[in-house]
Amino acid sequence: MIALLLILIPFLSGLAAFFMKDGKMARNWSLFSSLLTLLSIIALLTNSVPASNESFDIAWLPFLGSSFSLAMNGLVKMLVLLNAIIYFIVFLATFRRTFDQPNRYFGLMLLMQAGMMGVFLAADGLVFYFFWELALVPAYFLCSQWGNEKKIQATFKFFVYTFLGSLLMLIGMIIMHAKTPDHSYALQSFMHAKLSATEENLLFWLFFIAFAIKMPLFPFHTWQPFAYEQTDTSITIILSSVMVKMGLFAVLRWLLPVFPHASISNSHIIIILGVISLLYASVIAVRQNDLKRLIAYSSIAHIGLMCAAIFSGTVPGMQGVMIQMFNHGIIVAGLWITAEVIETQYGTRKISELGGLAQKAPVLAILLLVMALGNIALPLTSAFVGEFLMFSGLFQYNLIICAVALVSIILSAIYTLNMVQNIFYGNTLPATQDATDINRNARTAMILLAICILFLGFYPQPLIELLNSSVQSVLSGLNLVLK
Amino acid sequence: MNALVLCIPLLPFLGFLLVGLLRNKLSRPLIGIIASGVIGIAFILTLVIFFTHYYPANAITYFDFIKNSKYDISFSFQVDQLSTLFMLIITGVGFLIHVYSTSYMHDETPAHYARYFSYLNLFVFSMLLLVLGANYVIMFLGWEGVGICSYLLIGYWFKNNQYNYAARKAFVMNRIGDVGFLLAIFWLLARLGSVDYSIVFSNASALSTTDVTGITILLFVGAIGKSAQIPLYTWLPDAMAGPTPVSALIHAATMVTAGIYMIARSNVLYSLSPVSMDIVAVIGVATALLAASIALFQNDIKKVLAYSTVSQLGFMFVALGVGAYTTGVFHVMTHAFFKALLFLGAGSVIHAMGGEQDITKMGGLRKKIPITYWTFLIAVLAISGFPFTSGFISKDEILLAAYSHSKPLFWLTAFAAVLTAFYMFRVFMLVFLGGFRGNDEQQHHLHESPPAMTIPLIILAILAAIGGFVQLPELFGGHDYFNQFLAPVVPALSHEGENLATKEYALLGGTIVGLIIIFLFCKKWFAVNQFEGKYTGFKNVLAHKWYMDELYDAIIVNPFNNIAGFLKSIVEKSGIDGIVNGVGRFIQYSSRQVRLIQSGLVGNYILIMVLSITVLFMVFWNQDLIIAFLQKIF
Repeated sequence: MIALLLILIPFLSGLAAFFMKDGKMARNWSLFSSLLTLLSIIALLTNSVPASNESFDIAWLPFLGSSFSLAMNGLVKMLVLLNAIIYFIVFLATFRRTFDQPNRYFGLMLLMQAGMMGVFLAADGLVFYFFWELALVPAYFLCSQWGNEKKIQATFKFFVYTFLGSLLMLIGMIIMHAKTPDHSYALQSFMHAKLSATEENLLFWLFFIAFAIKMPLFPFHTWQPFAYEQTDTSITIILSSVMVKMGLFAVLRWLLPVFPHASISNSHIIIILGVISLLYASVIAVRQNDLKRLIAYSSIAHIGLMCAAIFSGTVPGMQGVMIQMFNHGIIVAGLWITAEVIETQYGTRKISELGGLAQKAPVLAILLLVMALGNIALPLTSAFVGEFLMFSGLFQYNLIICAVALVSIILSAIYTLNMVQNIFYGNTLPATQDATDINRNARTAMILLAICILFLGFYPQPLIELLNSSVQSVLSGLNLVLK
Repeated sequence: MNALVLCIPLLPFLGFLLVGLLRNKLSRPLIGIIASGVIGIAFILTLVIFFTHYYPANAITYFDFIKNSKYDISFSFQVDQLSTLFMLIITGVGFLIHVYSTSYMHDETPAHYARYFSYLNLFVFSMLLLVLGANYVIMFLGWEGVGICSYLLIGYWFKNNQYNYAARKAFVMNRIGDVGFLLAIFWLLARLGSVDYSIVFSNASALSTTDVTGITILLFVGAIGKSAQIPLYTWLPDAMAGPTPVSALIHAATMVTAGIYMIARSNVLYSLSPVSMDIVAVIGVATALLAASIALFQNDIKKVLAYSTVSQLGFMFVALGVGAYTTGVFHVMTHAFFKALLFLGAGSVIHAMGGEQDITKMGGLRKKIPITYWTFLIAVLAISGFPFTSGFISKDEILLAAYSHSKPLFWLTAFAAVLTAFYMFRVFMLVFLGGFRGNDEQQHHLHESPPAMTIPLIILAILAAIGGFVQLPELFGGHDYFNQFLAPVVPALSHEGENLATKEYALLGGTIVGLIIIFLFCKKWFAVNQFEGKYTGFKNVLAHKWYMDELYDAIIVNPFNNIAGFLKSIVEKSGIDGIVNGVGRFIQYSSRQVRLIQSGLVGNYILIMVLSITVLFMVFWNQDLIIAFLQKIF
């Protein structure tokens, strides 16, 4: 039941938000709804409700062989938790901001949350596709209405790109449906489909490209910096910390189990693409002057590493990716909130126009420093555990690839510390002359994130244990093939 | 007792939290008392371990750090003689430097004063984690932790962009080394499935030669970064941008010796790989020479000391490379005494001179700041190897070990020792002897430092003078207490079958004669009233540090920036995005309808869309299913 509630709460409150009489009410309502969602998943994680709540199954479109089935494992729970946390944090951090047409804004935001919940929970191909689109459509409208001067162009690119991905996925789904013995869209049936090697390979790439665009992976990434830069930062946070995880998640939950042979035979090329993505985006980040673009490229780099680690097919690699999906979401949300505060309070996001903010905004400086240290995966921040495991997985795959990929930890130190230095240190410039410190709401949100980062950096074991079974199940599928 | 061990790193961490979070509420004296107090208590607790010989055979495990089906990395501490020795140095010297700092930093506003001490406490915490960890991952936590504290403290005066740049340079160069360290950890995990010292060392002989050599070289790459050896040494001189007590604690006494700790800790692995040992020794001696040659013609007092530290670390690596692990560690200890003293003394001089660091503008300070003068003199004698000071005993041991290993190595190391005496005498005479060369205002300002600064100087001077007696050669009536103390963890080099007495007498004689000659030359050249400090020819090359920074800029930094710029503006913008936009324009052209819909009334449209999706959803549901659905809910 809770599995269904996790979708229904944001979905219904999103619809309700459209009809509220004023924006303030919609705003309060959204914060309340996101808190309710968060409490639901926490109730599930702390085992305060029966385990039967974890799945839900009911016939839907029976003539198509699809049923409305939801299921949870450790990975799903973690991503649902991430989705719930980030929404709460975003609504909290922007609580005092006024948005254009607030009813529409909050309604769309919550519908997007419902869509992403569905993507994570779905155990049926058609339901998965349905929610995938339900998450994307509000995202297009959000990006095109709230943002900077070139938002329409950016959204158009975002739309075309991801729509192409969705199309490939839909074609793949339909072919898979035809290939399953019982003509169904269920994940379990997909796994039993009879495919020749060529067919499997072809379908693998159809799905992979669809997911790679979403991640995004080099060379399908150019929509992302543009979209992130032009979209209102509160929306970017969602796109960057939760939505990009849909691509990685889909690979873990759908691609590897359904196409194990092709996943293994194509692992080399995908790992290389991932490492290229990692290094290429890191190098470009070094030369970025736009704060939002810098964070966007940094995020592409991290996703590239995660994609490579998935295909290393090792326990630490897989575990590292799953942990990092959560940790990256938390840290990048912190970075985006900083960008949001800087852009709205000081009116610029050009790094060269900022400076000396540590004198004017010491609290913001400390909080950004924590996020920055997380971004460079410093030990005792949560990101270290994920990166450590991922690199160690890559090492077991291939020493040279691991060594090359590790260059990125040098590059990330360069661009991240460069950013910290240029924004906060040195002398003040005109834009920062009369700067005020971070507002109270954003501060509370950032402190919550910082506590999460440091706690999971000191004591990552709960997260590791939550994910152990998911790691095993993904890998056992692949290992069966190897034997 | 295990809780007591945990308290040792935890206390500085609490200090960090307390001082850091309450920085706007606490007064300066209270900040100083809390920050120094926690380190002082940690020192006392370490003494308890030292005197009760609490060295449990097994690691103390507190909780699982990363545990899954393949790895079992626990958060655990290894309390043994080696970690205890380092803890004594870290908390002991650390405490003195905290006390010194309370006075040295008194011009800072309380909030910044608190920031300084919170960083310093955090540093001590990280450093303790580094030496206490019972596996390489915990060591790595501390390893990067001290790196970030060093970054924060070098850039402490953050309004100066030059300093910020130096801070970043230090961190990035350390990270280059960390890549090696991480690879070594992964290698161990891949081969042995564990990073615990006990498991790694007991299974070391099962590793292939390639594995051991690879792992030890990669570990050493980490040490090169942290301990500022060729080619990653250029960050350390720049790190002098930080406040002087920071230079004393982090960039002389403790953090930079982490590389020596790491190799001494891993001695089982290194002993299995002669190739790696030779690499360590060669890099060590090359660094000792290069850095000493640069120190000869530097005019900034802190720069001389920085290059001197790089050079002394080179000596330590020579000792490790020839298998004299305990000697390397012994030099860490004596170096901690005399180099911390030199830096604190330099701080006292800079304090007296009102911030001036250029030794060509000093001179004749002997009378004005007598305590600083005498303590500095002792430190200079110790580092130069004046007979029976701590530096003499440790350096002689290194030279003896080098001699038994290879003659050329010995002569090169000995030459570096000669250079050391030369540049130290030069600094000493330019600062304290001759006539005053500064301006009138500075002369008027000259004063001895307050007791909070001079008492640490005196304590360190005593240690620098007699601290070496724990390892006095038997020839002079001593005993190798130090080697025996470390014997359970770190083996000493055996000189069995060698005629040690002759060599030791020869070294003693050589040292005395050498020092006298160097002293006379230096007195003639540097104990003067006028000193230009401008150099030409080869001296100018040395004064410009062999143009190493310029070289790195030319072959690494600038090409990298150009490539990054090329990728950003050509490949990304015109290449990949160009293709994408081309495709995009085509689609745009052929599907104007889509665009028209897009520019319609967005909000209403989406609402209709979502509602219709919902309706569609419901339509496909037949009666039975709705009932089944309701039954499921209620």
